Amino acid sequence: MEELLNNYTSVFPDTATSWVRVGHTSDFPENGGACVKHGKLQIAVFNFSLTSKWYACQNLCPHKLEMVLSRGMTGDTDGIPKVACPLHKKTFSLEDGSNLNGESYQIATYPVKIQDNMVYIGFSDK
Amino acid sequence: MKKVIVIGNGMVGYKFCEKLAAHPDFEAFQVVVFGEEPRPAYDRVHLSEYFSDKTADQLLLAGRDWYASKGIALHTSELVTAIDLEAKTVTTHKQAVYEYDNLILATGSAPFVPPIKGADKKGVFVYRTIEDLDAMKAYAAKLKSGAKAAVLGGGLLGLEAANAAKELGLEAHVIEFAPRLMPRQLDDAASAILQAKIESLGIGIHLSKATQQIAGDEAIERMEFADDTHLDVDMLIISAGIRPRDELARACGIQVGPRGGIVVNEKMQTSDSHVYAIGEVALYNDGIYGLVAPGYEMADVAVHQLTDGSKSMAASIDMSTQLKLIGTEVASFGDPFIENEEVAAITYVNKRNGIYKRINVARDGSRLYGGILVGDSSDYNSLFQIYYNAMKLPLNPEDLILGSRGGDSNILGSVLDLPDTAQICSCESVSKGSICKSIEEGTCSDLKDVIKCTKATTGCGGCKPMVVDLVNETLKALGKEVKDTVCEHFKYNRQELYDLIKIKLIKTFEEALARLGSGCGCEICKPVIASIFSSVYMDTANKQPVIQDSNDRFLANIQRNGTYSVVPRVAGGEISPEKLIVLGEVAKKYNLYTKITGGQRIDLFGARLHELPLIWKELIDAGFESGHAYGKSLRTVKSCVGSTWCRYGMHESVSFAIEIENRYRGLRSPHKLKGGVSGCIRECAEARGKDFGLIAVDGGWNLYVCGNGGATPKHAILLAEQLDDATCIKYLDRFLMFYIRTSGPLVRTAPWLEKLDGGIEYLKQVVIEDSLGIAEELETEMQGLVNKYECEWKQAIEDPKLASRFKHFVNSDDVDDTVEFVSLRDQKMPRPW
Ligand code: SRM
Ligand SMILES: Cc1cc2nc3c(=O)[nH]c(=O)nc-3n(C[C@H](O)[C@H](O)[C@H](O)COP(=O)(O)OP(=O)(O)OC[C@H]3O[C@@H](n4cnc5c(N)ncnc54)[C@H](O)[C@@H]3O)c2cc1C
Ligand code: SF4
Ligand code: FES
Repeated sequence: MEELLNNYTSVFPDTATSWVRVGHTSDFPENGGACVKHGKLQIAVFNFSLTSKWYACQNLCPHKLEMVLSRGMTGDTDGIPKVACPLHKKTFSLEDGSNLNGESYQIATYPVKIQDNMVYIGFSDK
Repeated sequence: MKKVIVIGNGMVGYKFCEKLAAHPDFEAFQVVVFGEEPRPAYDRVHLSEYFSDKTADQLLLAGRDWYASKGIALHTSELVTAIDLEAKTVTTHKQAVYEYDNLILATGSAPFVPPIKGADKKGVFVYRTIEDLDAMKAYAAKLKSGAKAAVLGGGLLGLEAANAAKELGLEAHVIEFAPRLMPRQLDDAASAILQAKIESLGIGIHLSKATQQIAGDEAIERMEFADDTHLDVDMLIISAGIRPRDELARACGIQVGPRGGIVVNEKMQTSDSHVYAIGEVALYNDGIYGLVAPGYEMADVAVHQLTDGSKSMAASIDMSTQLKLIGTEVASFGDPFIENEEVAAITYVNKRNGIYKRINVARDGSRLYGGILVGDSSDYNSLFQIYYNAMKLPLNPEDLILGSRGGDSNILGSVLDLPDTAQICSCESVSKGSICKSIEEGTCSDLKDVIKCTKATTGCGGCKPMVVDLVNETLKALGKEVKDTVCEHFKYNRQELYDLIKIKLIKTFEEALARLGSGCGCEICKPVIASIFSSVYMDTANKQPVIQDSNDRFLANIQRNGTYSVVPRVAGGEISPEKLIVLGEVAKKYNLYTKITGGQRIDLFGARLHELPLIWKELIDAGFESGHAYGKSLRTVKSCVGSTWCRYGMHESVSFAIEIENRYRGLRSPHKLKGGVSGCIRECAEARGKDFGLIAVDGGWNLYVCGNGGATPKHAILLAEQLDDATCIKYLDRFLMFYIRTSGPLVRTAPWLEKLDGGIEYLKQVVIEDSLGIAEELETEMQGLVNKYECEWKQAIEDPKLASRFKHFVNSDDVDDTVEFVSLRDQKMPRPW
């Protein structure tokens, strides 16, 4: 399973080489998340309708390597948007993927774009 | 630039780097670190967690990027092989030579392997590094099931190793040469209590055994003892003490002790003034200290010696320990054994509960010299402070271990009475003064800040309760209100939120945030508010799925591999053969692991997210409903068979249990609720182990409340006697509703009652005598909730919009191909972590 982790590296708006349409905005619950598939990647997409922001990150929780983060609860701490893993409630910043419990592992994040009510995720694959 | 070389990148070597890097003069140093192990320093104290829930990376004290960011050159997998004191250089096994101005020896220690014949056989291990653990794991995996492991040494580490062996699935045994366990920390009586406790966990204890030889062909097969007995084993872990790794120092002529260890003075300087030794390799005041706290203190002293020279080592080093042992608490502090003309021991032994407490007190009552706690070490922090600061003892020193029998006041009085110098966190050496000052001077405003800026509680965590008390008391003393607010988003406690939501008729989380809170919410306040909505409006979890705790959001318990379990309600544990067949058929069709639960019903495990609605459709069609096994809500009302069949039964316990379970099904509450109904005082339904329990007696039911099993078992307490069915339900309605209204989040009925001013007598007044005049209101409210019950699984499958959440991918019908199962006794289980 460890090798799964290597599939995920953060992409930033300026390093994105392709924007992939993953669904309609209404496919994603307000103030919650859902998972999309892109090739062999599983990406968790979060719709923060309270702040009108969208975030995306790997669905793989680095703690026990399970594909669960999209099912976690969202929220913020000191203004940083975050997701809590449903398995052991480790929390991660959705801005930079860092772990907010002070542990060393982190997650990869991806940029999200909304156009005409469609949700696009930025990837940097070939 | 001053060149500093650190040999050894273990816990203490790392602490040296951390402290030096944080020092204002750090810029003046150039630091090079050599570690023999392949990875940067990790948390050896919590090494055993590598077998349960931590990876090697999680154990790291700091990643490589930390060293890089500080400009510290870290060479791992590189052994220093020689020191030249004249030339001031070190040479590594790669023949590389490095110069130093100052050298820090932090080479730690190695496990001591006694010269026993056969100790070199296969299957014999030591317990110190991650590699040791990997080797043990690999070896254990190849052994047949039921294989046995022995641990040589019944000290602190040996017991931990035995537990690790048990976690590897082996039958574990501890072999100790001395006539008692942990001979350096415990007396005979304490050891006997601990032994009973450990044996009850299935670990064999063999005392007074001198091992003569380790027998076996190539690999270990048997241990033979001097008394002509033997023990057949497949694996052995040696944990017989440590030997300081002073070989480098010895070879270059630095002074070492007669029994090993590098001699240092109070500045941590060795016989060569440019060379310092710290941690487990250092021999200070004729002692080697095999604990991390003194090592950290030495690292701090060495840093100060290299910089401002402002600190040296205290003359006596405290070896008090509190253990994280296998399901039992053990602590010893000060001098655990002292007893003479001036000092008398006071002991308390409770063999029934496995508790032993000993304190060694001056005969004139003037001070505390030390003591031992087994089975219950909750008073350790307070006792330690009294001992360590030579504080005044109460008039009856026995109150220190028995509690002053009038109330439950803290034996210390107030934590604020401690002297400022009292060391609260010994791992990070944080004093009471520095914690209080950080708040008084305004640097910190709450617990989170204090932990961040002082590092208190970040080591073993044992001091946490005391730090929390200190922070709260200091805030109070400053006239600041200490509120048990839910989280940063809502500055109210649960009861206030409950009242506000009810009065203001708030119905959605967004509205609650807008009117009562701030920010986006989080994983703490969302479930609290969701629970309040359901208690006030009987909302099911379908109304606002995203604010539910993760289990409630998908109406199922998530499993270790991200699949779910399905638990239909089986009220009172009564189930017909037809329904049993349905459960069997559904489980077969979806290939689910089945198990009878501790709550008298059947759990079907291993369903994938998209299968949940399909499974529940079949179950609901067959007459089942949600069992709410995932919610903080009513779980089960356990029954015994009662007067319908049992020759002793006094009333129909099954019928009544079913009636009660159906009455409160779906009721959400601050924590889960469980009930029990027994047909006579033999109590086969374990009703007194539940949040509410009924026991049939002559003339009706006795009603008990506020018990639970779980982590802190409590027997329920008698609320009322000889009730008829209707009165029982009336009192239950009042009791449950009162609890739901007033409890804190995730506080079960027993701890709620403990905190309720006036306790059970007050509860009786409210529930029975209606002293608050709210009884009718509570009953009406409960009846309203009962009337509104709906099966939330039925809702979820009937409304396609609600069902759409049970899909792994939004943009594909594929299933998650990373989920793997392996087989287990003709069924399946998740691939282990
Ligand atoms: C399935 C079951 C174990 C079994 O195989 O028998 C079980 C399984 C879990 N229990 Fe339990 N408990 C089960 C009976 C019990 C019992 C026995 C009983 O009810 O008579 C107890 C002790 C009695 C008590 O609660 O007073 C029990 C005390 C706990 C506790 C500790 C509660 C406490 O107050 O200390 C937790 C943790 C919690 O709730 O915070 C817990 C939590 C859990 C969780 C929900 C942990 C989790 O969040 O994933 C487990 C979910 C497993 C799953 O995926 O389905 N479980 N759990 C039992 C289900 C009963 C049922 O039919 O609903
Ligand atoms: C399983 C276990 C549980 C424990 N539990 C507790 C506990 O609960 N409480 C507590 O206080 N203590 C506990 N301890 C003890 C604690 O871990 C030690 O006191 C602490 O690690 C000592 O730190 P150190 O840096 O002196 O030595 P170490 O952590 O052993 O580090 C020394 C390092 O130096 C390296 N080294 C040695 N020679 C050389 C060389 N020539 N060149 C390069 N590198 C070299 C070694 O490989 C090692 O990595 C426990 C220990 C173990 C093994
Ligand atoms: S005791 Fe309960 S929570 Fe713990 S492992 Fe067993 S089922 Fe899970
Ligand atoms: S698997 Fe995500 S927190 Fe443990």
